Amino acid sequence: MIEVKDLKKTYKTGDIEFQALRGVSFVINDGEFVAIMGPSGSGKSTLMHILGALDNPTSGTYFLDGKDVSTLSDDELADIRKDKIGFVFQSFNLLPRTTVLRNVILPLVYDGIDPKEREERAKKSLLLAGLDEGHFLNLSNQLSGGQIQRVAIARALVNNPSLILADEPTGNLDSKTSEIVLATFQKLNKELGRTIILITHEQDIAEHADRILFIKDGLLETRAPHIKKIAKHHTI
Amino acid sequence: MKNSDLLHETYSALSANKARSGLTMLGIIIGIASVIAMTAIGQGAQNSVSSSIQSMGANLVMIMPGAARSFGGPSAGRGGAQSLTVTDADAIASQVSNVSGVAREVTSRQQIIATGTNTNTSITGTEPSYLGIRNVAIDEGNFISDQDVVNGTKVAVLGPTTRDDLFGVGATGVVGQKIRIKGMEYSIIGITVAKGGSGFSNADDMIYIPYTTAQRYLTGNKYLGEIDIQTASSDVSTQVQDDITTLLLTRHNITDPTKIDFNVLNQASIIATASSVTSTFTTLLAAVAGISLVVGGIGIMNMMLTTVTERTREIGLRKAIGAKRKDINKQFLVEAIMLTFIGGVIGVILGWLISFGVTSLGILQASVSVSSIILAFCVSAAIGIIFGYYPARRASRLSPIDALRYE
Repeated sequence: MIEVKDLKKTYKTGDIEFQALRGVSFVINDGEFVAIMGPSGSGKSTLMHILGALDNPTSGTYFLDGKDVSTLSDDELADIRKDKIGFVFQSFNLLPRTTVLRNVILPLVYDGIDPKEREERAKKSLLLAGLDEGHFLNLSNQLSGGQIQRVAIARALVNNPSLILADEPTGNLDSKTSEIVLATFQKLNKELGRTIILITHEQDIAEHADRILFIKDGLLETRAPHIKKIAKHHTI
Repeated sequence: MKNSDLLHETYSALSANKARSGLTMLGIIIGIASVIAMTAIGQGAQNSVSSSIQSMGANLVMIMPGAARSFGGPSAGRGGAQSLTVTDADAIASQVSNVSGVAREVTSRQQIIATGTNTNTSITGTEPSYLGIRNVAIDEGNFISDQDVVNGTKVAVLGPTTRDDLFGVGATGVVGQKIRIKGMEYSIIGITVAKGGSGFSNADDMIYIPYTTAQRYLTGNKYLGEIDIQTASSDVSTQVQDDITTLLLTRHNITDPTKIDFNVLNQASIIATASSVTSTFTTLLAAVAGISLVVGGIGIMNMMLTTVTERTREIGLRKAIGAKRKDINKQFLVEAIMLTFIGGVIGVILGWLISFGVTSLGILQASVSVSSIILAFCVSAAIGIIFGYYPARRASRLSPIDALRYE
């Protein structure tokens, strides 16, 4: 469960202060598929960084599975990321010249899991993400955009995280591939009960989630459809 | 992160850009190879100098007439001063302990005439004990006998080079032939075994005659040009040297040691002086080679800094999926160490090949020491750590957010 209370983040550049988050509070339950939506400069990236344990808030609390993550040190945050969070990025961020399998294994390497077990787990999550076994030993730069993002999703799944954070996962994909990727997220959410937070600036992408949180100028906005919206569902 | 994973990551990172890794390694290879080769050549020079001094004879103490001088300094002309006598040599033999042999020497340089040819060479007037003390062996015929010394007979033993000069290279049947020195005829009774040109004084280009004969016909006086003493062991050479100095000072009635009219040289101290010269030379060579090693290390640092910048996104990703600072630090440090280590191994092999080449070309007997190999390895690993530390630290300090955003 994610519990965020009065989260604030201020950036300082010289004498100029910039308040990226000005007191955000919300709760996301296990198994939810939530979209955080907002225009650029709204603070959604800052919120994503804090939710992803990449950064500390200036003030406020962030409880992830009952643990306060807001005041942890760099190395403690690294442990949280390793154990509880899976990232999917807009620009994929796979290691080039490295096989698909090795890319998915990578998070387990930092977890010190032995080679045999991690290979099995990586293969399992690649299949869950919908990638054919025939591509496992391909180099990551030999795949298409949709396939690459599926590998990235498999990598985000492999450490069995409490939360999958997807930052504009379809930003670099065409609309057809986007639908496939979003369908994959929905499947992971519905069939495996994964908690997913999708960050986007596009309404129709956000509508794939069960719930949308709107953010603008560092504050959550109350909008008509933000509590419950009938999510668009696609068949894979 | 397990060590096997660390090696896997390092291997794939280094092999991703083989040309750059190879060129960077080249700096270390050249540095290490030159350190190994230079110290091997320096060590070889040192060995050759001390072995050429050793070849003059084992446990040797030499007494020469003339004012005291340091080794290698200006000489008053060896044999030129007249202060050592035959009775000085007798007194040393009977009164100084730990003396196992005494050879009197009278030296002179003369024009030698054989039938139709002539040469200019050193003539050493000496006695039978010279053979053992100076490590000279007879190849053909005999050396000077005690009888020859007593009678002052005109017999000569030739060094192989002198024989070649007078009778042609490798000439046989030379024993029994005659040569003329200063108008007198000498019969050849023997040829010595070649010792190899030793640089100092070539023992092969030499004619030996009895010292009594040399005194009578060549120098015309009762003085000696040199007395060679063999000590019982190398440990007592200093004691023998001191005792001889005391004895001769008394015999020559000298009370003021600054007015000393002879000079006692100890082979051990000559070797020590000569090796200190060659080891300075070795250090100099190694220092020059060391500079190239440092330049190679800077090359490593340069490459690692470029790599860190290029792989900023990768570092960000690794951090996002749970890599700690120390994981990133270790990864980049191991990359740098691996570069220098592989460079070090190739450098050692190359340095060894250079030394082998120098030896087989006959320039010098270069000797690669184990200590220089161990040192080279330690230095190359240390260079990896020193020059890899800063780039690795920079990589590990990158914030995952900035690193992921980096284009």
